[in-house]
Order: sequence, then structure tokens, then C-alpha cells
Amino acid sequence: MARLIVGPFNRVEGDLEVRLEVVDGQVQSAHINSPMYRGFEQILLKKPAMDALIYVPRICGICSVSQSVASARALADAMGVTPPPNGARVTNLMLATENMADHLTHFYLFFMPDFARPVYAQQPWHAAVQDRFTAMQGRHARLALAARQRLFTLLGTLGGKWPHTQSIQPTGSSRAVEAAERVRLLARVREFRAFLEQTLFAAPLEQISAIDSEAALRQWYATAAPDSGDFRLFLTLAWQLELDRMGPGPGRYMSNGSYPSPDGGLTFARGIWDQVSDKVQALDTDSISEDATHAWLSDAGGARHPADGLTVPDIDKPDAYTWNKAPRLDGRVIETGALARQLVDAHPLIRDAAMRCGGTVYTRVLARLLELARVVPAMEEWIKNLRTDEPYFVAHALPDDAVGMGLTEAARGSLGHWIAIRKGKISNYQIIAPTSWNFSPRDAQGVPGALEAALVGAAVLPGEDTPVSVQHIVRSFDPCMVCTVH
Amino acid sequence: MASETFSRKTPAFNVLWLQSGGCGGCSMSLLCADTPDFFGALSDADINMLWHPSLSIESGADAVRIMQACIDGRIPLHALCVEGSMLRGPNGTGRFHILAGTGKPMIEWVQALAAVAHYTVAVGTCAAYGGITAAGGNPTDACGLQYEGDQIGGLLGAAYRSGTGLPVINVAGCPTHPNWVLETLMALAADLFDASQMDALGRPRFYADHLVHHGCTRNEYYEFKASAEKPSDLGCMMENMGCKGTQVHADCNTRLWNGDGSCTRGGYACISCTEPGFEEPGHSFHVTPKIAGIPIGLPTDMPKAWFVALASLSKSATPKRVRENATADHLKILPAIRKTRLK
Ligand code: SF4
Ligand code: SF4
Repeated sequence: MARLIVGPFNRVEGDLEVRLEVVDGQVQSAHINSPMYRGFEQILLKKPAMDALIYVPRICGICSVSQSVASARALADAMGVTPPPNGARVTNLMLATENMADHLTHFYLFFMPDFARPVYAQQPWHAAVQDRFTAMQGRHARLALAARQRLFTLLGTLGGKWPHTQSIQPTGSSRAVEAAERVRLLARVREFRAFLEQTLFAAPLEQISAIDSEAALRQWYATAAPDSGDFRLFLTLAWQLELDRMGPGPGRYMSNGSYPSPDGGLTFARGIWDQVSDKVQALDTDSISEDATHAWLSDAGGARHPADGLTVPDIDKPDAYTWNKAPRLDGRVIETGALARQLVDAHPLIRDAAMRCGGTVYTRVLARLLELARVVPAMEEWIKNLRTDEPYFVAHALPDDAVGMGLTEAARGSLGHWIAIRKGKISNYQIIAPTSWNFSPRDAQGVPGALEAALVGAAVLPGEDTPVSVQHIVRSFDPCMVCTVH
Repeated sequence: MASETFSRKTPAFNVLWLQSGGCGGCSMSLLCADTPDFFGALSDADINMLWHPSLSIESGADAVRIMQACIDGRIPLHALCVEGSMLRGPNGTGRFHILAGTGKPMIEWVQALAAVAHYTVAVGTCAAYGGITAAGGNPTDACGLQYEGDQIGGLLGAAYRSGTGLPVINVAGCPTHPNWVLETLMALAADLFDASQMDALGRPRFYADHLVHHGCTRNEYYEFKASAEKPSDLGCMMENMGCKGTQVHADCNTRLWNGDGSCTRGGYACISCTEPGFEEPGHSFHVTPKIAGIPIGLPTDMPKAWFVALASLSKSATPKRVRENATADHLKILPAIRKTRLK
């Protein structure tokens, strides 16, 4: 048995170290370490409650708006209010801008460059991949970065700047949109749509989101050359390299639901999807707990619900190997992310693919690209529906003593904030980020987290000290380690 | 394959970028630089990104080999960029951040690399002064590269000078503006930057010689002390909403963010993110602290008595249009069209 320690693991957000036990060219077990701790949950204690809106976005520079939204919702919950329709639409727009930018960044800058590596030099698609995705040089990576930059001008208008905007408030947005500005915002979203339709999909977005099975996907695929559009090129290499067998997920997928509409509905549904039963169950947030057995944090009182969570470093704890706690739902491991969102929301293509091959490198990336096709048209609708004669913000006071829960979906999956306020000050604040779920360590029962299990069986080629299959699997989750360890 | 070798353009200005106790937001902000071709802009400026945690192909052992080659002098390290605070805890061990795959605290890597760097650049307020990570009880004993708050020292010490004789260049901001970073690196690569271009807190003067107040779209409201009372109001945010723009060194309202934004244009206060200690204002961020109804943080260079006199005078002279619009989220009264052919 050989042991490999892989790090610094780059092209993920934040710090990651992966420890692998390898037998006969295959990973036999994996331990995931998030080796950095900043202590936001400690920093927030005793702060004026509204100041959370300044601190929490700075947990993460890639999903900063997601953190703001979760915090604003936790405060709104504590106040017992909901933002006015305009405030909800603007919040959706800002969150969608960040999430879509994240999907784009992930595909073009984080995930695809690995296929330009010399290890794949003999593959028929390699020249095209190299041309488009080579790190810091690829033609399409550069175009995608330009498209991303233009997309983020939406957050200049709506949020002042990005990351770390403060315009997202519990009762709306501090930035009202003027009538004339709507057309400018719409024009920017259409620019982004043009990039997606020309370079990524080589097809209209509506055509992509209407694909309702893997058979239909193969039919669509066959209508053009295998490298026509980056999506087709991805499918070409994914099917050929059997990415649909790589990095299996736990079979249970959770989504907090996302993009509420003013009528109280959700654009993407909330719930848990189970692969064995092929059914969606309601999400019971009371059954969430965080187990700190293998984290360098106190595990006093055992696994705790986040409303009662504890964050106290204990760096010399035996058997601990990461700063990440192990979140569990009903005591069980779950996976969260775009794949989970689309499974819970019952998108027929993603359901069909997951029923065939489960959660894998292939289905995770597929779900992310599908979200680009589904969300961008929704953004156009939210902009058109902004009512310039209605308020964006309503004044409302925060009670001196209250508790609140704020849920949202970041690009990478379910994000939850739990706040307790005493005498106007924060008396407890706990955060469970998407990657906390996906990259969790073992729990008290010794059950590995989703990625730890997904890595078992990954191939390690002779001489590899940073196995390329491990890189594909890890990056397929699009981890955000700074959120994880906050 | 144990190691892949990637060709490097030479000669070029080699930049190595590390992230420690921060959020990665300064890197993400950088990718929003206003250019149709970000990587092209770097190479046009002769900047070679030797390794960056979000952008480079090299992972794991390959990345460590690059850092070690810089330390050993096999690759010239022109600029060491550090993003995020330096985590010295617990008890000075640096174990709150071990560089993955190396078993060695990040602060030791930074010290070794800073010793060979021609220039050392703190990207963002975390790396410059400690920043948000040093807030509250500062659980990780976070500090900046050469400052702890406004006290010189930090991880590298007051006496530290990089290979070219400069102290750490503090491109402060939380996050820092993409063009502050890009222009600093471009000036360094072109050999157009020296000590005279740094302010008293080590910030590049090209952006720190300005105040956030300059170019603020709410200046007319400021003149008349017509003040916003809640988020989304159009009025000046200095009197009630905690805005520090009249005192803060940065050009945010003349060099806009993400196309056309700024904090004040987004409807919220400047919280002085380019200044040491912004993370602990000593009051709620969104409320202006006052004594006897007068804000305690007065505009830079303005004696208190003058401010009080001018404020009461201008308040009494406030036009109805300005007064009413100040507490609305859209213009209620439009500027009158009185005559054409203005003289
Ligand atoms: S300065 Fe702000 S944006 Fe930059 S790394 Fe620190 S917290 Fe993030
Ligand atoms: S306006 Fe103030 S808080 Fe906002 S980015 Fe500029 S200096 Fe920072």
C-alpha cells in the first residue's frame, strides 16, 4: 500500500489537501483535509446583529452574494418579514449572476484545463481541447473570462461592486433600479446568452434545456461535429473517458431550493432525492447535525444541530484531520450541488442520466451546464418584471432577541446560516456551506464524507504523484474550501 | 507522469501568487478587470503568472516544485503577491494554515519567498493590514505582511525590504479593485514604480491620493446635508448611514467597479475597506456615530466648528427638490426646466 498526499490542490476555491491510500493502482481510501481556519463563527460573536451583512460575504470571494443572501434571509427570519417583490427579483438576479459566473468559471478555468494535459495527448479530441482550454492560454477560456467580466457588470449596477456587495438586505435591496436601467441590464444578459449560444452550446438555450433524456441528448449530439461547441466537446471526451463511471455519489441529494418568486414559489424545488426510490422527500432542517469528531474543533455534546452549534478550535485533538465539521442529514451523508438541484427539481435529462449512472463526474458537469441554459432565460424575465413604481426595500426593525435560519443555494449547493440574537448582539452564528457537506470528513461512526467515498476506486497511473483521475473527481464537485472552513 | 513541464516565456516578469487567511475575493475581483482579454493584458505587460492557485495547471507536487525553485534561486521571483492575512496562531505556530501537501505553515513559505522576491505585494486589506480575518477576538492571530492594523511590523517586520529595496506594497481594499492590482503589477514590470509612489501606509498613491467622496453621485445631497434615512434612499449617507467616504483614501467613485458601480452607487455606505482597522469600527457599520447630533468622523481636513456652521446653513438653504429626493428611492422632483439658452 502506498500513501499519497496531494496538495496544494489548485483550481478549486481555497485550500485543499487529499490523502490517498493506494493499492494496485487504485485509491482504497481517501481523507480530505481543509488545512486553513479563520474562525468567522467566533469573529461574529457579540457583533451588532446587522453587522453580519458586512462580515459574512467575506467568508468567500467566489460565492460572496450567496453568503449575503443566506445571512439576509436569516435576519429576515429573525424579523419575521419577507422582502417586497422587487427586492426578491433583484436578489434573484444578483444570486443568479454569481451562480452563472461560477458555473462558467468552473467549466472553463477549473475543470476543462486538465484534459489539455499531456497524459491525453493521444486522444482524438486533444488538439481541440488544448486550443480552447489550456490554462491561461486557451482561446475559449479567454473568451469565457471576457463574457464573465461583462456579466459581472450586472453586479456593478445592482450591487455596487463584486464581491462583497452590501446592497442585499433582509427587507430588500438598497439599490432601486430605474426604468431606463432595465434595458441596459437586459442587454448585458443577452450578451451573455450570445456567448453561451455561440461558444458553449452552439445551440439556443431553450433547445438545450428541452433535452429530456440521454437518448435525446445523443440525438442532439449527433446533429453536428463532435467538437461543435464546447458542450459537445465535453460530451465527446466524457463518454469516451467514461467520466460517467468516475466518482460515484452517495445516492442521496439535497437542495434548499432556489430563486423564490414573489408569489412564494421556487424556481428550483426544495427537497431530498433518493436514487434507490427515485422519489423526492421534504427537507426537514431539524434533522441536520454537525459532527466534529474528526475536525480540529471541540466536539463537546456530540453532533449538534446548527442552531445550537459550537465552534471552538482544538488543534491537538487526536484523530482529527481537517477544519471541516461533518454535516449529516438524519445521520446520513448527502451530496449537494447543481446535480442535486436538478434531481430534486426533476429535470428529465438529469434524472434519466442519474438513474443510469448515478452522481458522477459526468452528471455533475452536465447539471451545471444545464443550469446555465435554464437560469439565463429566467434572469431575462426577472429584469422585465422589475416594477419601477414599487419599492425595493421596506423599513423594518430587528428585535433585540430572536433566532433565524437563512437558506439558499450557492452554485456549489446548499448553504445555511443559523443566527441567534441576544440584546441586539449575535450570541451564536453557524454556517453550513455546500462543500462542508460534500467534502466532510468521517463522522463519529467512521462513515466517510461524499467525496471521500467518491474517490475510492479512482485510478492512479504508474508514477503519478497528483493523479489526474483524482483531480477530475475532486473538481467535478467544484469545491469552495474557504466557505467550508470559514 | 511524475511531473509535467510547461514552457515559460522568458525573459518576463515572474509573478507568484499565494493565498492565505482570506476569502479569495481579491483574485476573483482581479478576473473582473475591464479588458476583453485578461490573460492577453498580462502577457502584453510582459507579466508571466508563474503560479496562481485558481488559474494555473500545476497542482500538488508540481506547484510545490515551482515555489521551491524560486526559493532556491532557480527561477527569478520578480513579484510575490500574497492575498489573505498571515495566520500566526495558535501560539505563534502558524498551524491555522498549513500549506496543503507540505506540512509546513504558510507563514514560513511566505517568509522564505519574501526573502528572494524583487517586490512583495500585499493584495487586499487582509494581506496589507490583517483585515476582516483579524476582526473580533482575532481567533487566528491574523496580521498583514508588514502591518498589524496601522502598526508597522506584521509578519515580515518593520525592517523588511524586498530585493529592490522597497517595503511591502499594500494594494489595500476588500476586495481590492482589479485595476489597482493590474496597474501596480504593470508598473512594476515596466520598472515604473518606486518608493515615492507609495503613501504613508504603503499604498500605491495612484489610487490612494483620492477620496471615495470624489465623484460620488450623492455630492449635491452632501452639499445641502440632505440625508438618506434608510437603505435605498438617494440622499447623502454620511449623516445617518455610516458612510466614511469623505475620509477614505480610494478612487472608487471615479474608477468604477464592475462596469458602473461603487458602494455608494449601490446604495450603501463606504466602510473604509482600504484603511487599516476597517474591520473593527467600534460601532455598527451602517449607523453614523454621533456626539450631540454631530457625526464624530468628520470630513478629512474640516474643522468641527466650520462643519457645524456650514451644515446648519446649508440645511436651511436646501432646495425642496434635494430635500424630498433624499429620502426617496427614485427622483420625486425633477430638476426644473426654467429657460433654454443658458448663459
Ligand atoms: S481583503 Fe477582503 S476580498 Fe481580499 S481576501 Fe481579504 S476578505 Fe477577501
Ligand atoms: S467605497 Fe469605501 S468601502 Fe467601498 S470599496 Fe471603496 S473604499 Fe471600500
